[in-house]
Amino acid sequence: MSLRVVAISAGLSDSSSTTLLAQRYGEAIRAARPDASFEVVTLRDLAHDITDATIVGFASPRLQHVIDQVAAADALVVVAPTFKASYPGLFKSFFDALEAEVLTGKPVALAATGGTARHSLVIDYAMRPLFAYLQTMTVPTGVFASPHDWASSNRTGEGADALGARIERAVGELLSVAEGGGTGRAFDDSIDLFSETMLSISDPRPQA
Amino acid sequence: MTTMQFGLFTVGDVTPDPVNGTTPSEHERIKNTVAIAQKAEEIGLDVFATGEHHNPPFVPSSPTTTLAYIGAQTEKIILSTSTTLITTNDPVKIAEDYATLQHLVDGRMDLMLGRGNTAPVYPWFGYDGSKAVELTIEHYQLLRRLWDEDVVNWEGQFRTPLQGFTATPRPLDGVAPFVWHGSIRTPEVAELAAYYGDGYFANNIFWPKEHYIRLINFYRQRYAHYGHGSPEQAIVGLGGQFFIRKNSQDAVREFRPYFDNAPVYGHGPSLEDFTAQTPLTVGSPQEFVEKTLTFADYFGDYQRQLFLVDHAGLPTKIVLEQLDLLGEVLPTLRAEFDARRPAGVPDAPTHAARVAAKAEAEAEKEEALA
Repeated sequence: MSLRVVAISAGLSDSSSTTLLAQRYGEAIRAARPDASFEVVTLRDLAHDITDATIVGFASPRLQHVIDQVAAADALVVVAPTFKASYPGLFKSFFDALEAEVLTGKPVALAATGGTARHSLVIDYAMRPLFAYLQTMTVPTGVFASPHDWASSNRTGEGADALGARIERAVGELLSVAEGGGTGRAFDDSIDLFSETMLSISDPRPQA
Repeated sequence: MTTMQFGLFTVGDVTPDPVNGTTPSEHERIKNTVAIAQKAEEIGLDVFATGEHHNPPFVPSSPTTTLAYIGAQTEKIILSTSTTLITTNDPVKIAEDYATLQHLVDGRMDLMLGRGNTAPVYPWFGYDGSKAVELTIEHYQLLRRLWDEDVVNWEGQFRTPLQGFTATPRPLDGVAPFVWHGSIRTPEVAELAAYYGDGYFANNIFWPKEHYIRLINFYRQRYAHYGHGSPEQAIVGLGGQFFIRKNSQDAVREFRPYFDNAPVYGHGPSLEDFTAQTPLTVGSPQEFVEKTLTFADYFGDYQRQLFLVDHAGLPTKIVLEQLDLLGEVLPTLRAEFDARRPAGVPDAPTHAARVAAKAEAEAEKEEALA
């Protein structure tokens, strides 16, 4: 079966440099794996659904459809803009709406955009800890795109398409992880009949 | 003959009325609860159940007191809970309180057990909230024995041991109150209900059906696994919510401000989205009947349907009007559910039926020995 990659873009404007960066990943993935499927999900379109889910604790059919897509993907590209030195609240709310452990073992490439290169550590300081908690298999290369990167990306000569080169590196890592053995752990929502607690129901502790 | 039971369950919240800005006093709320229960009997409902909470803005901290008072003023309606906190109540006190209630109302009661607490509540009663599931299991295992065995020697993890203890009064007619286990997400609770052949109540009012289909099917399968009957014979209860007026648009217009400001889902999804995604009906009595009937399509034919009506700050006058409208469609609801019900689906449990079943089982046993 061909590889299914889903990109999650938390870009809030339309058009968005964050979504543009996600699409650049798509190009690199298609170049490396022509039969892979690649789809970008933009959280902006789900903003009300995501907020509602944080209040009522369940996803609307529209949001659930996207969550199912994300859960079924072989690999994720996750791209956020930098707001006040971190990812936007909507981005966090989307991951809050996911069932616990649903991303366990999932190969993930992180990327971010920002108004200045001085935000470039947002991937490592803000995004990586979240994905460490989510137990994803996050690849080492994160790609941060500042206004300078967009301006320089088409130059020829030394340092040509530096952004593209970093994306290619990240995608190479992502494909390698997705097509490899992974962590050997994945989300499993079946009910464990043999947990200690479950077993204590049909077999009460010995009585004095 | 009660094939399926219909009733009310109340949370007992004191919520400001978002339309007129008034908030009932605790005294008013408690008295209104009694009036609502009396109305429930008057319109022909089978069950009235009260929640149990120990923090504001909720008033029902002492369910058996309230239920006994209602029992003295009603004749037919079954008194129950939604839920009795199996985690933070001492099982010895649950055994005593509910057996006393059982005697006072001549068996016209049962109870629904649940965890039902937020973390800060546990230490108020001497327990650790991180042990909620373990407490549920151990407390219920003890409660079961206190009702089923005359003399109990017991030692557990969470309570001082019992030696030669007899919980009094003994259950009426030697038949303990029927137990429902309420849970919205914990498979261990469904397993507990299945193991003992008790009822399982899924309060499905806040989430989409897919979530509950999984838990109810798990309970049904495990009920059969433990030899109590086929999966279709497991005892299932469900929640529901409605606001009805003769004219659908009137219902929507009148209920919208209550919906928009409701404690659980207010300021979130639109009324239209929420009604599409959950069991809530806001519309005509006919729409309400149609939607309620779909529950049996999703979850299988079941035994008990409880509705939440007095909530979100609705004034008692409107709640009583809602019950009058419910009373008008209740015969239709009963007839439609009965019509679709396959043979072999058990009736809802009652004390009289359980006493008769016990006598029958004992007669069979004697016959086998003779």
